[in-house]
Amino acid sequence: MNNKTREPLFHIAKRAALPWYRTWAIRGGALVLALIVCALITTLVTGENPLQVYVAIFKGSFGTSRKVWVLLQNVAMLLCVSLAVTPAFRMRCWNLGGEGQALIGGLAAAACMILLPGKLPNWAVIVCMTVSSILAGAVWAGIPALFKARWNTNETLFTLMMNYVATQLVAYYCVVWESPKGSGNIGIINPNTQIGWFPQIGSYKYLLNILIVAAVCVAMYIYLNFSKHGYEIAVVGESERTARYVGIKVDRVIIRTMLLSGAVCGLAGLLLVGSTNHTLTPTIVDGRGFTAVMVSWLAKFNPVWMILTSFLLVFLSRGAGEIATRFSLNQSFGDILTGVILFFIIGSEFFINYRIIFRRPAGKED
Amino acid sequence: MDNKTPAVTMRNITKRFDGKVVANDKVWLNIYRGEILALLGENGSGKTTLMNMLSGIYFPDEGEIAIDGKEVVIRSPKDAFALGIGMIHQHFKLVDVLTAAENIVLGLPGKLDLKAASEKIRAICSAYGFEVDPNQKIYNMSVSQKQTVEIVKVLYRGADILILDEPTAVLTPQETDKLFAVLRNMRNDGKAIVIITHKMHEVEALSDRVAVLRHGQFIGDMPTKTTNAQEMTNMMVGHPVVLNIDRPEPKNPKPRIEVKGLTVRDIEGTLKLDDVSFTANSGEILGVAGISGCGQKELLEAIAGLQPVEKGSICYIEDDGTREELIGKDPLSIQNMGVSLSFVPEDRLGMGLVGNMDLSDNMMLRSFRRGHSLFTDRKTPHQLAETVVRDLEVNTPGVSTPVRRLSGGNVQKVLVGREIASAPRVLLTAYAVRGLDINSSYTIYDLINRQKSEGVAVIYVGEDLDVLLELADRILVLCGGKVSGIVPGRGAKKRDVGLMMTKLGGGQTNE
Repeated sequence: MNNKTREPLFHIAKRAALPWYRTWAIRGGALVLALIVCALITTLVTGENPLQVYVAIFKGSFGTSRKVWVLLQNVAMLLCVSLAVTPAFRMRCWNLGGEGQALIGGLAAAACMILLPGKLPNWAVIVCMTVSSILAGAVWAGIPALFKARWNTNETLFTLMMNYVATQLVAYYCVVWESPKGSGNIGIINPNTQIGWFPQIGSYKYLLNILIVAAVCVAMYIYLNFSKHGYEIAVVGESERTARYVGIKVDRVIIRTMLLSGAVCGLAGLLLVGSTNHTLTPTIVDGRGFTAVMVSWLAKFNPVWMILTSFLLVFLSRGAGEIATRFSLNQSFGDILTGVILFFIIGSEFFINYRIIFRRPAGKED
Repeated sequence: MDNKTPAVTMRNITKRFDGKVVANDKVWLNIYRGEILALLGENGSGKTTLMNMLSGIYFPDEGEIAIDGKEVVIRSPKDAFALGIGMIHQHFKLVDVLTAAENIVLGLPGKLDLKAASEKIRAICSAYGFEVDPNQKIYNMSVSQKQTVEIVKVLYRGADILILDEPTAVLTPQETDKLFAVLRNMRNDGKAIVIITHKMHEVEALSDRVAVLRHGQFIGDMPTKTTNAQEMTNMMVGHPVVLNIDRPEPKNPKPRIEVKGLTVRDIEGTLKLDDVSFTANSGEILGVAGISGCGQKELLEAIAGLQPVEKGSICYIEDDGTREELIGKDPLSIQNMGVSLSFVPEDRLGMGLVGNMDLSDNMMLRSFRRGHSLFTDRKTPHQLAETVVRDLEVNTPGVSTPVRRLSGGNVQKVLVGREIASAPRVLLTAYAVRGLDINSSYTIYDLINRQKSEGVAVIYVGEDLDVLLELADRILVLCGGKVSGIVPGRGAKKRDVGLMMTKLGGGQTNE
């Protein structure tokens, strides 16, 4: 029989679960391939030596101790927002409003810093900032959650829209509280009294943020994997009908989880305003609410893996910035490389779940 | 018969899934024109996989297929159609808002001429005895009518080799008879027909030849006339089985659940249950018969507290005569009231269990709230999972395997095992043996009977009338959401129950 011309060239079959070392081998292979493709693109398009480009990317994150601290701070903030959206994601509730929830948390913190000094001592201002920003974030996520639970509205669109509301609100208050007058910016808040500024640990400006986020990470891991709430979230996410069947109040779990999600986003906003920047701008969250979606997905919603994925994304974006300045290429070239690498990493998941069976060469039967 | 050229020859067909699960292992099969072939085998024996390769859904890893003696390659359902092969799947693939005729011509090349199509459809119908109105919308049709549309669709496209995957699973006995008559007409017209089934009496009533698969292997084929149910079952299972279901006399039955005037509407406002009243006794199995979608699901879910009720009452009666109203309570408050009620729902992985969670975590579904700790107790469910695996002989690599990886029978054992572990006073089961092989089915019957002998009130919704007639002490027949009658299980006639399913009171004077 002439098999050659008749059988389809290949077909795709689902794989059984692979052992962990093979899945990581596939992911590692994807990364190597991505670097090779990036090298080719670099040489072809810019004529630069790809190895030098890679060295530059690495130096962008690890070149100086200041760069390392900035890297860690950025990883911590991205991780914080990612940890925030993860409980909702585990519940299959797509909270794309991390950006707005963090921003509104930052707005609440800034409001306390601007309005309260003179009325309250410094420590009380910090307590007010903490409480109000966490509450603000929770409310910002709670509104879409309430609508979803009550009227089954689409949380993806609703949370997304809430981002724009938050951005516009912050833009408005940036003008209300502008300093100096006419600049349209808030500028550094309380530069002299430093009221509402979070304490600095030793000489390390970013250490406090990093420690707080590390603690949140551990707590979130325990909450999601070992608590009764975490179990309820998992059941609701897998099947609402099963949840109802065992008497879980689905509406309540949705609202509770979204409140938590928003609260942690609010915390991220608080850290950005109170600890890192001491100011508020409409772009202070810097798209982390959206990058967090990718961090969470890449890590399969596991808080511990998310440390790795958020590191990867920050590392790549800082590297992209570095080569843009070093080789006087524009920022877009760095983004192209980042895109290629992410494409390969996400694409490797396909090869972990499926395999491609090629047509057997004619005459070779087993 | 053997000197004819077979319409289809499948030679040495092998199909593997996941690289290692062998669904079909070097299967040989001949299909002849003018003959009805019953492809018999338990669930997971590879019947559907084999036929899917014939209809272009899967591609065999090894082996050849020949049509009328000529070797062919079937890469897609389109190729299969070009060769005159049509398959009617268990789940219909029709567009609800279109008419029968529109569904039938959907996707065909050429100009859209519904009038001509309707003519052709009418011609096909009168040739074989179908009853289809080409202009009726699908959403207005009964399950049996939809199935007819699927068959006509295949014939319209010129198929003369027809494969039907468990066609009777959704039909009443009367509709089954009608379908069989039509299939016989098609056979006499020279078409080759394959029906996939695991029901013995259908094989005997309809087929000319029977081919048996077991664990993906071809066991043998023979003319139906020369064999019998016992022999076929033994071939299917691989060892002799006793085909009787135990039915001990109920011990000291007392009313346990009393339903009065229960009326339920679904979200769209359609009446699903209409003034349903009955009593379920302890130590007794109350069978519920009916065409699928006649309110069985709503009935069980209303008792379990999952279905909003328009009016009526559901009373739980304790041994000492205390009565508790269950309507208006959700499953959690029913549990908190101390009413021990277990429910094995129809949709095992979509409702009873979480497919992606492992056995222990699924055991935890019922018990995770226990204790005041913020954290879940994982030890007790783990032990329960191990007990269930051991006692019910669940075939699984371990208790940390996700349940979706288990076969249907094992999934059901896990679910039933968990539900009876809480020592219930009421056990609700919906299609408890659907999709299960013979051995697993009998394990489930045994478990249910054991619950009955422990004084549990069992409500058993079933689809196989033969089983209901052998297992249930009383049978409640539902018809369009109303109680068509309640008959004692002992001595009930299949024909009478079948009539009651289609017509209130079975067409006799109402009680």
